[in-house]
Amino acid sequence: MQVTINGRAITVPDGDGQRNLLEFLREDLDLTGAKNGCGIGVCGACTVLLDDRPVRACRQTVADAAGRHLLTIEGLAAPDGTLHPLQQAFVDHGAIQCGFCTPGMVLTAHAFLLKNPSPTRAEIRRAISANLCRCTGYQQIVDAIESAAPHYRRSSDSC
Amino acid sequence: MPEMTRRPAWRNDAAAKVTGRARYADDLKFHGLLHAVPVYTDHVHARLRAVATAAAAAAPGVVRVITAADVPGTVTFGQILQDYHMLAGDMIRCHGDVVAVVVAETRAAAVAAARLVTVTADPLPAVLDPEEALRPGAPLVHERHGTNVINHHRVRRGDVTAGFAASDVVVEQAFRTSFIEHAYMEPEAAVAVPRPDGVMEIYGSMQHPFSTRRFTAALLGVPLADVEVRSVPMGGGFGGKDDTAAIVCARAALAARLTGRPVKLTYDREWSVRESYKRHPYRLHYRMGLTRDGRIQAVAVRIVADGGAYCSVTPWVTWRSTVQCCGPYRVPHVECDTYGVYTNNVFTGAMRGFGSPQVNFCIEQLVEMVAERLGLSPLEIRRVNMVRQGDTTITGQVLDTHVVSLEQVLDTVVRESGYEAKRARCSNGRADGDELYGVGLAMCYRGMSLGAEGKDFNSAIVNVQFDGSILLETGIHENGQGAESAMVLLLAAELGVRRERIRYRQASTSGIPDGGTTVASRGTLMGGGAVVHAARALKEKMAAVLAPRLGCAPGDVAFRDDAIWGPGGARLTVEEAVREMWQAQEYPYAFGVFQGPQVTWDEATGQGNAYFTWVYGCQAAEVTVNRRTGKVKVLGMWAAHDVGRAVNPPMLLGQYYGGMAMGLGYGLTEAVEIEAGRIRSLNFDHYRIARATDLPEMHAYIVENPDPLSPSRAKGIGEPTNELMAPAIANAVAAATGRRYCEQPVRIDPAELAGGPAGAEPDSKGEAPCK
Repeated sequence: MQVTINGRAITVPDGDGQRNLLEFLREDLDLTGAKNGCGIGVCGACTVLLDDRPVRACRQTVADAAGRHLLTIEGLAAPDGTLHPLQQAFVDHGAIQCGFCTPGMVLTAHAFLLKNPSPTRAEIRRAISANLCRCTGYQQIVDAIESAAPHYRRSSDSC
Repeated sequence: MPEMTRRPAWRNDAAAKVTGRARYADDLKFHGLLHAVPVYTDHVHARLRAVATAAAAAAPGVVRVITAADVPGTVTFGQILQDYHMLAGDMIRCHGDVVAVVVAETRAAAVAAARLVTVTADPLPAVLDPEEALRPGAPLVHERHGTNVINHHRVRRGDVTAGFAASDVVVEQAFRTSFIEHAYMEPEAAVAVPRPDGVMEIYGSMQHPFSTRRFTAALLGVPLADVEVRSVPMGGGFGGKDDTAAIVCARAALAARLTGRPVKLTYDREWSVRESYKRHPYRLHYRMGLTRDGRIQAVAVRIVADGGAYCSVTPWVTWRSTVQCCGPYRVPHVECDTYGVYTNNVFTGAMRGFGSPQVNFCIEQLVEMVAERLGLSPLEIRRVNMVRQGDTTITGQVLDTHVVSLEQVLDTVVRESGYEAKRARCSNGRADGDELYGVGLAMCYRGMSLGAEGKDFNSAIVNVQFDGSILLETGIHENGQGAESAMVLLLAAELGVRRERIRYRQASTSGIPDGGTTVASRGTLMGGGAVVHAARALKEKMAAVLAPRLGCAPGDVAFRDDAIWGPGGARLTVEEAVREMWQAQEYPYAFGVFQGPQVTWDEATGQGNAYFTWVYGCQAAEVTVNRRTGKVKVLGMWAAHDVGRAVNPPMLLGQYYGGMAMGLGYGLTEAVEIEAGRIRSLNFDHYRIARATDLPEMHAYIVENPDPLSPSRAKGIGEPTNELMAPAIANAVAAATGRRYCEQPVRIDPAELAGGPAGAEPDSKGEAPCK
């Protein structure tokens, strides 16, 4: 079974297919950016993208990702470490406090902006409403996502 | 002051956190790592006869099953009373008690084996209501304590009998609040690593490394020097990662000691909610007397706090409630009795606000209820009674060492929210459509830091390296709030250097003296004070060496613009200055301490200078209430707080927004559901914290009155932001519906609204919360 994770093809033994995706990412691949906040798919801290769609890794098996492109927070920045414009926006807007929700929040926002690069603030709030954050009150997260949106408009123009 | 600020935010850990590189406790791996899990019973109160571990110990992958009998040190510990069994030995006192820890090669093996541990226990009658726990003959939670009363705090000021006699109006009202879950996004986690030198090294999700060290050293029976607690990124705390988080670390250390291998103990959300302490639920009964012109003459208050099965910091939490029980108002005659009480519920302890959210929920509604009775507006009653410069608090403290800015924060919120115009539009139970409209506000003062709870001091180490880079360490912990970044910015400003020179050291309990816990909104105040003092000591040391090179007296050496200057323009780079220090055999190194100014307290009378300084805040909310569904929608929130001095404005605003959001949850949705001592809302599907769509746009106003008693001039912000939104919303709901909701959270039965407005008459007997 093959999964493309952050652009790299990974061969997974068939016996691992029914394992929990979050545990596999964290324990086997050392991709610990996805966090376990609730284990029941409610908090969003384990969010990763499968073919650009957000999923809860804690509710997925490894087989669910077979043949697909999986993006974790570790794969969003450029290979040289330069932050993605959305990540930079989170930094610049003070959208990060404890940081535990941040990877899931960033990936959820990334998937959303790919689909809707000209959102209203209300649309942004709806897009992240299933990602819980106890620190920030979300306001600076909304600010960050709003400010990063023009980048996605430019990206889609160039496509 | 207008809303701040468009310059990019900075914090030292942002890049690591936004890329997933930050390593939290559960992200760490060590060679030979074992995994531990806790074992609970279904008892709430029982005498424990035996814990059977053989089947679990024989299960595949299990390395060891640990019970209280295996503890080499002291199994009972606590910050105030040593009543917490880190492993239950002879008694079960609540549903979260842990009887064993299963240690295995994998977490899955440990979880599977934990089900094989069985107990023999004799169930005992449980006491689950704090008022019942106070009655004679109630089951005792701790027989050796002799009573269920953990503490009794008082305020005795003036003569309440005379005060009520001099009052034209006397009102009584009862209030209730709920158990609240901190809901930090990261459940407790710890990794303990036995080091070859005999030291137990701990990486934990905890906000009090020094308390963690004390719990661990007690359980292991070793000196404090033999435990080193290292700080790692923590996924939120809000006061909740003190005792329980320390105990999780201590259990991991015990497992590591007994197996000789590194052990990770990571909690599931359900274990975390089941076992960890909560915000105290309070029963409060207020009696207030006023003259016709609205001057408060007397307040009598009785507060009963459910401390649950263990003491934790209940005496301190309830002490703050006692000191602040009358809100920020002048009251000449006060009698307050506050009881912390044992029950067999989950234990309760520190949570952001620490005893103030409960009393603010009451007093800030009560003043509006009496205002209505007297025909005064919510603003008039507050302006008549609020403390101003030089006034005396109910504990006899004269507020004259700092700017008393209550009026400033109130005026700011009233102006920026358009409160008075909105007030005129409030429905008061009458509307043409389904939506009832209301606006409300609340204000407070808050004693800063620990006050008379404990000795309050902190330290910082500034260590300039040979190349001009600088290492900084303080006795303050990074809880996610940006404490380290604030320390770096304060040091950069005080030394006049670029902040890029400064690296905050990964803190360790072996590297810096015990600075107490990073709670009580004391990080910036106490840690920042130590940083400023260390920086000044360093400058003095450097000036003495560098003055001859700069051709001036030491007192004329200036540190600014990333260089060191003499008065005539002579200049040394930081690098040159450091080389001069080396040539002089002087280390460019300094240790700074900030000792909190003296406070006083007389427990018998509840009088004294409770805190060395105070902050002032005001918040407002605008709501609609749907009269068919009872649903409250919050349309806008405003907050103004006096912070002394803003150190890192974007992070400061983050505290405002996060505090308002948590306060909205307190006001409207949050309450831990407990049935017969067993928590039912064990995860986020049943415990609703605010989501992005529950929140309106928030408006934050930073008020700065530099505090002379704070070396950095800054005060604190974490807790003040989280103690006002619930009463502001309750007041807005009252303005919308014409009804008072005296039980937290505010839950509206639409059937009550159908009949139109009811009077907001306080319950004259005050025996039950108003509805």
